[in-house]
Amino acid sequence: MSLTSLDIARIANLARMELRPDESERLLTQINGFFGIVEAMRAVDTSGIEPLAHPVAVIQDVALRLREDVISESNQRDANQRSAPAVERGLFLVPKVIE
Amino acid sequence: MTEINKPLHDLTVAELAASLRARRVSAIEAAQHFLARAQSHASLGAYLAMDDAATLAQARAADARLAAGTAGPLEGVPIAHKDIFVTRDFSSTAGSKMLDGYRSPFDATVVCCLAEAGAVTLGKLNCDEFAMGSSNENSAYKPVRNPWDPTRIPGGSSGGSAAAVAARLAPAATGTDTGGSIRQPASFCGITGIKPTYGRVSRYGMIAFASSLDQAGPMARTAEDCALLLSAMCGPDPDRDSTSLDVPSEDFTRSLNDSLEGLRIGIPREFFGEGLAPDVRAAVDGALREYEKLGARMVEISLPRTELSIPVYYIIAPAEASSNLSRFDGVKFGHRAKDYVDLVDMYKKTRAEGFGDEVKRRIMIGTYVLSHGYYDAYYLQAQKIRRMIADDFQQAFKSCDLIAGPVAPTVAWKLGGHGNDPLADYLADIFTLPASLAGLPGMSAPAGFGEGGMPVGLQLIGNYFSEARLLNAAHRLQQVTDFHSRKPEGV
Repeated sequence: MSLTSLDIARIANLARMELRPDESERLLTQINGFFGIVEAMRAVDTSGIEPLAHPVAVIQDVALRLREDVISESNQRDANQRSAPAVERGLFLVPKVIE
Repeated sequence: MTEINKPLHDLTVAELAASLRARRVSAIEAAQHFLARAQSHASLGAYLAMDDAATLAQARAADARLAAGTAGPLEGVPIAHKDIFVTRDFSSTAGSKMLDGYRSPFDATVVCCLAEAGAVTLGKLNCDEFAMGSSNENSAYKPVRNPWDPTRIPGGSSGGSAAAVAARLAPAATGTDTGGSIRQPASFCGITGIKPTYGRVSRYGMIAFASSLDQAGPMARTAEDCALLLSAMCGPDPDRDSTSLDVPSEDFTRSLNDSLEGLRIGIPREFFGEGLAPDVRAAVDGALREYEKLGARMVEISLPRTELSIPVYYIIAPAEASSNLSRFDGVKFGHRAKDYVDLVDMYKKTRAEGFGDEVKRRIMIGTYVLSHGYYDAYYLQAQKIRRMIADDFQQAFKSCDLIAGPVAPTVAWKLGGHGNDPLADYLADIFTLPASLAGLPGMSAPAGFGEGGMPVGLQLIGNYFSEARLLNAAHRLQQVTDFHSRKPEGV
């Protein structure tokens, strides 16, 4: 199976990345080269095998924790917005979304 | 005391901590010494951010605690952090233009733990962009040079950490390992580094690459120093990292001197095939002979899915990366493109400008394998084989106590040596990926030298939570060899 330049454009759109034409071309070659080594993986019989997300689950139960829904932090808005590209009156600014 | 006759930068963390406690040297003196060395060796490209005033303020506070008798175990010891950990006092970039000049409002848990133990931060260390790479050439700022041969790469992604420790620009450093990023640069630069069991060290404040694989660990010259740092870094972080395990830290120095008599070392035959360079093999074999002299026994084992770990890892890691890196959209922090027509165009241009080639490649692969119609065939299939790989290790540990082999198929290659071929980098990760996928602790300890006089590391892999055993095995090797204490020329 090989990807086409249309696939690259579709994926780049999903990933919200603008690609220059030469970049798209290079990525197409490189990603197809990569999927050459992925073929070996697709051929493995994995019927009845559970996917593994937290590796230590191989030897013990690992439950993702929930913490109590209580306030644990003080207001850090100014500190958190210090590195924002555009802020006004404590709000993050983005280009107009609704006309 | 032996340490009196050595220059400060040749002291190990253990020796330096003892000198500081005995007030033979002050934290300020130690910090100034290493800051000056970092300046005079700037051509190595190891540091990305330094701030003498911030470092010296930390050192003064350490001296005050030493004077008051409230010193922590690492009080006054200068260390440096991989620039993947966020820090309040220094900018945090993850080696990316996307985060150029970014100041975090908080410190990563690892940074807090080491500060609580008394360590003083010298600065932030260069790395591959978002920790994606094996050569440090993917840093958006500058490549790092290997102190053993400046025309070669230091390894990656924790290349700045490994080079800084090898060149004595810091007695120890933090690193992170997703697919080998502590072990491989440690091997290439002739130092010692350990990646603990996944979940033992908090990931809070580590800029995320692949969340089910990322794990922090120490890099230093000796196993003893790694043990000292790891003791401070480990431990549950239940409120801030949902995958942090409820396993208390340990004093990893307690069993360093245990006997290796009767230790069964598993030798995976798949790690010693055609792809392994003869010089690396000779150094690894030499280290294994030392273990036999120490009373260990070699047991042949098989890790049959070693080769499969390459596609499995390079599906899972980019999938998780594409999700984690979606937060870089030019809204809340980091770079934002200057010219755009609407919101989506702003996202696209911001990400096009902020990310480098390798990061874009992985985001593309990850987005594709998670997209509608491909998830089962790629991501889920990879996670299933991941379980098989982890099961293979459990099978192997029935007949051995730890596993030993090479870290990488060759010594460090030349800068630009893999050209524009990302696949060459991926394939060179073959020996570190299996333990990463299984979440097992693994380390690299100096085993000798190969082609061009370049260092070769021995990889040791243990079962879950066996970090103390790994450090013990590395320490015993370091008592009968001197590879870890050799110094690159001109350093």
